Amino acid sequence: MQAGAARDLERLARERLSQADLAFDSIRAFAGSRRLTLVVEGLPAGQNARMDLRKGPRSGAAEAAIAGFVRASGIDRGALIERDGAYWAERVEPGRPMADILAQMVPEMVAAFPWPKSMTSAGGSLRWVRPLRRVLCIFDRKLVPFSLDGLESGDLSEGHRAMGARMPFRARDFGEYREALAGHFVVLDVEERKRRILQGADRLCAERGLRLVRDEGLLTEVAGMVEWPTPLLGSMDPDYLSLPPEVIRTSMRVHQRYFAVCEGDAGALAPFFIAVANIEAADNGLLIAAGNARVLAARLADARYFWDEDCRRSLESRIETLAGVTFHARLGDLQARALRIGALARDLACFSGADPELAAHAGRLAKADLVTAMVGEFPELQGVMGGYYARAEGIDAQVADAIADHYRPQGPGEAPPTAPVSMAVALADKIDMILGFFSIDETPTGSRDPFALRRAALGVIRTILDARLRAPIREMARLSEFATPEVIATVVDFFHERLKALLRDQGARVDLIDAVFALDDDDLTRVVERIDALQRFLETPDGANLVSGYKRAANILSAEARKGPLPTGAPDRAGAPGAEAGLFDALSAVRPVVVAALASDDYVAALGALAELRAPVDVFFDQVLVNSNLATERDNRLRLLRQIDDVMGAVADFSRVSG
Amino acid sequence: MTLSAALSFQQIILTLHDYWSAQGCVILQPYDVEVGAGTLHPATVLRALGPKPWRAAYVQPSRRPSDGRHGDNPNRLRHFHQYQVILKPNPSDMQDLYLGSLEAVGIDSTLHDIRFVEDDWENPTVGAWGLGWEVWCDGMEVSQYTYFQQVGGLDVSPVSGELTYGLERLALYVQGVDNVFDLAFNDRQSPDFRTYGDVFLENERQFSAYEQEAADVAMLKRHFRDMEAEAPRLLASHGRRGQPLILPAFDYVLKASHLFNLLDARGAIAVAERQSYIGRIRDLCKACATAWVQLEAAGA
Repeated sequence: MQAGAARDLERLARERLSQADLAFDSIRAFAGSRRLTLVVEGLPAGQNARMDLRKGPRSGAAEAAIAGFVRASGIDRGALIERDGAYWAERVEPGRPMADILAQMVPEMVAAFPWPKSMTSAGGSLRWVRPLRRVLCIFDRKLVPFSLDGLESGDLSEGHRAMGARMPFRARDFGEYREALAGHFVVLDVEERKRRILQGADRLCAERGLRLVRDEGLLTEVAGMVEWPTPLLGSMDPDYLSLPPEVIRTSMRVHQRYFAVCEGDAGALAPFFIAVANIEAADNGLLIAAGNARVLAARLADARYFWDEDCRRSLESRIETLAGVTFHARLGDLQARALRIGALARDLACFSGADPELAAHAGRLAKADLVTAMVGEFPELQGVMGGYYARAEGIDAQVADAIADHYRPQGPGEAPPTAPVSMAVALADKIDMILGFFSIDETPTGSRDPFALRRAALGVIRTILDARLRAPIREMARLSEFATPEVIATVVDFFHERLKALLRDQGARVDLIDAVFALDDDDLTRVVERIDALQRFLETPDGANLVSGYKRAANILSAEARKGPLPTGAPDRAGAPGAEAGLFDALSAVRPVVVAALASDDYVAALGALAELRAPVDVFFDQVLVNSNLATERDNRLRLLRQIDDVMGAVADFSRVSG
Repeated sequence: MTLSAALSFQQIILTLHDYWSAQGCVILQPYDVEVGAGTLHPATVLRALGPKPWRAAYVQPSRRPSDGRHGDNPNRLRHFHQYQVILKPNPSDMQDLYLGSLEAVGIDSTLHDIRFVEDDWENPTVGAWGLGWEVWCDGMEVSQYTYFQQVGGLDVSPVSGELTYGLERLALYVQGVDNVFDLAFNDRQSPDFRTYGDVFLENERQFSAYEQEAADVAMLKRHFRDMEAEAPRLLASHGRRGQPLILPAFDYVLKASHLFNLLDARGAIAVAERQSYIGRIRDLCKACATAWVQLEAAGA
């Protein structure tokens, strides 16, 4: 929220300054737990006078309307201008001193501030994120006076709540303000606070040969909670290290905002943590570190309790409980979903090379941990906990891993699963979700994707591509309970769109993506292999020239098609001149090779065969005039050109290739 | 601070009573119906509604059946004590008043890390929300600090400031103790010295087992239905001055709310049913709130 508030403050100021035609050199905003600060450098001393032209009623409007406009504009009736069928009022807006402008602008910004949630406090009508205590507003070292719902602006601010003088201080420019804050134990800039936290934490860890586990999100959050960051090293009972490390880390992060610490080289969690206090205490933080350790001990005791309670029931027995949890009003409860995922995983096992029974078992149990106490407490441990509980029950390790990994990949930074059973369940989970929501018309539109179906599709795509699975989307989708011909068709389009977006992001040529997608292939691994091969082919002289020849043929064919229907049937070799017969022979030789290569998915061989066409095509266009005066000759040559299109079109839609 | 010099559990309560009494609060006794939090006391939830100023402070024993740990957790309890302060309208120096109260009980803010952590507070069963802070002492949430914006689904004006201290947790820091059952309940030097565990450990053990294992689900469900029917019936009944019986009706809402918590702890409420139960309690609470506001407007 703080970073958002700083951005909003800067944006509101920028917008208003530019509306008022006020230039400045720089603008910066800072946010912290108790203050929002905006500093604009290089503003002029005031605003220049400006011409303000305002449009009034149209010509010939009722006199009352014109009189009203004149009054509202504050000009004489005689000064009204009539132009382009309307009245206009032209007025010189006198320039105003900057302090006046700011005294109006700042209260407007406060009133317009887009807090996600705001409040009023007793006796006031001002909406702000929490009760507003002070407003300091200075321009050119002078106080800018205004009132906010009874709160007068001033040149005083306050520093740290518990450290230093604990008295308001005066500041008349940004340098003074920043320095006074530092003198009152407040670090203004969040980046500086982050630096201090990391440096302090690294030093504490290094002293004991430990290593801080980096966590950028946590760092930002903690830096927003403290004004005078003071990292402390605390310890915990090593007995708790028998809990899953994910549980310990999540409990630390979510409940306590502590950083985890690991053993220097081994990388295993160490029985320590880093907490960031807001004060430097006289006892070097001993009391604070002990207090933080006490809280963590209670949290971990709770986690141990959840673990023990959860282990008292099998995952299988929880499937019944899943019936009480709604997945989506129109897609039934979680029990139904678990059973669907189990069935689908069994059917998808063949695509990832998994044992169908293991895949079915893992799929069925994949959602069981959603009704455990631990996942109730830490929703982000879904899947992970299921995996641990499955192992604790003695369930097959492949099944346990699949339960743990089936949500993966959840973001660009996370790798998809690679074990066959895990892949089958990960695919089943996502395909069930995508088909389900598509079947009730809950498809993503624009920026709206409430069920994260795009991420799910990307997960399927990355799982397939990373493992080079031959898993055609249509065949997989058909296995879902929600499959209808319409749903399958939209889902295949959806996957094509997502794959295109992924490939574009990875820097593939858009024209080649289009050329291969035109074949409507739903085997995504093959699509990507083809795009790669095509790209390499086009980088060879044969490839580039062949595309020119192809385009020439296509241009002639489309020009002729405009004049009348193109001749059908196969060309005839008899009586053809050498170059024409040569192309005929080359096509006859290449066609079966291409067909055979494609049938065995050897795309490189298919392209290699096409390369054989390059020379005969070049010779043909050099030596043969397609538009012969003899209709039979012309028709035969057009038939030949159509064959180039046929043979090459089976490999890619070369008309979409640029260059 | 040495252990012996630190305030006992009951001295903390007496000190807070003195402190808030000096701020003009009426010092009330706990409400005698089982509740999950001090907010639910009618002195907070009903008095926060309407225009009349109000300052009150009281201890509220609070029951959270799902938090039962059979006395094994160092600070999680199914029965604990909240110290509740309501200041309506909220004074502008409320944070300073709060920090002053911590000092009064012996929390030295130059040795302890007192942190105000932004928190959007809501209690869906009473249709209430507000903005404020969790107050952390060395990483432990020891208080909740809220500016009420809505109660019973109604916007409030003037805004009340609510302070809720978790007395046991606060006492851990005041006394420098790691386990709540080791807290000094009364004077450590007294021949009649008792720890918190002497007073409450057996309660935790028996009630954890009762609430999570032994409670009769069928009976609890039946009682819930009874309470749910009784509240609207009382709202439709009238006292001698023609006023609806809001306070008695609200008692039944509280009883229904506690029965729901018991059923929840027994695992007898499916996840899909939860929202429906909470909604039913909230609707009853809203009806009480609306009637209360009307009664206040009529000048009762």
